Amino acid sequence: MGMTDTQTHKTPQQEFLAGAKATFPLIVGAIPFGIIFGTLAEPSGLSVWGALAMSIIVFAGSAQFIALGLLAAGAAVPVIIATTLVVNLRHLLYAANLVPKVRHLPHRWRVMMAFGLTDETFAAVSNRYLTQDNIEHAHWFYLGSWLAMYGNWVLCTGLGIALGELFPDMTEWGLDFAMSVTFIGMVVPYLSSRPMWAAVIVAGFIAIATISLPHKLGLMVAAICGIAVGLSLHMLSQRAATVREETV
Amino acid sequence: MNEVILIVGMFMVTFSVRYVLFAVAGRVHFPQWLNVALGFVPPAVLTAIIVPAVLMPRGELWLSPVNPWLLAAVFAAGLAFWRKDLLTTIVSGMLCFMVLRFAVGL
Repeated sequence: MGMTDTQTHKTPQQEFLAGAKATFPLIVGAIPFGIIFGTLAEPSGLSVWGALAMSIIVFAGSAQFIALGLLAAGAAVPVIIATTLVVNLRHLLYAANLVPKVRHLPHRWRVMMAFGLTDETFAAVSNRYLTQDNIEHAHWFYLGSWLAMYGNWVLCTGLGIALGELFPDMTEWGLDFAMSVTFIGMVVPYLSSRPMWAAVIVAGFIAIATISLPHKLGLMVAAICGIAVGLSLHMLSQRAATVREETV
Repeated sequence: MNEVILIVGMFMVTFSVRYVLFAVAGRVHFPQWLNVALGFVPPAVLTAIIVPAVLMPRGELWLSPVNPWLLAAVFAAGLAFWRKDLLTTIVSGMLCFMVLRFAVGL
């Protein structure tokens, strides 16, 4: 990969700022999402301090939303915790993807990175690793990305709690669309090969087909089916390419 | 008290899932096929979240040209392909959704 010296030797500070900057568009998408979480908390039966503490301590957007839905439906605490585990299993896949890039780092860095491993920071950081092969200070990029996400998430939760008191019907506005549109913007750049298209189409179909599975399990089933199809098509095209080389 | 247990429990499962592979990162090495498979993870997971949110915004399948979630999602995806700029996609997609819902009244 042909990178110039100015790009390959960034200081930790430059990496930190670049991380925050790369995450900025995703933060814009997370703002309405955080606000709506705050507004939904009290009607769902979570106290103001509970909502704020959840954003500060748990820091997992979609799991926090699902927890509110379950609370409102009167689910028991162990059920909510188990659902959180299932919904967040995707982060295991994200972590697996990042392992080769973080294995050289000290343990305290890896603890910190694990706490901040969200969809958004994963997207920003994996793009950083894809486009720049120098990883000397890349963990500062990660830190910049997650602190920006985290600060924004906590702030927007607080804002949402306040707005919820002012406009009780805000939950009907459809601000949850912000999450969909953010994720659309994150997926599209991946769609550059046939196996990738196949993976996404299969995941989308299966997600609809399995929607009635309990505890949002359909999400994992759909993702695994999509990954399996993408991987198979990738392997087939690799094999076809090597066969062609051998026959030439 | 229940809330304390809920939040601590959610923290423990969330952090464990995010941390377990980083904890043993120095000792695990993935085979080539697994590395390829992991590359499919983000788009597959995100699509599995997006599609039901857009096609079933009220809990039932709503495949209709007057579904504002679907219309705005198609608009945003088109824009993302065309402009390749995340901020443009998110802001315009959100605006499109707001216009459809509150100006057009879908």
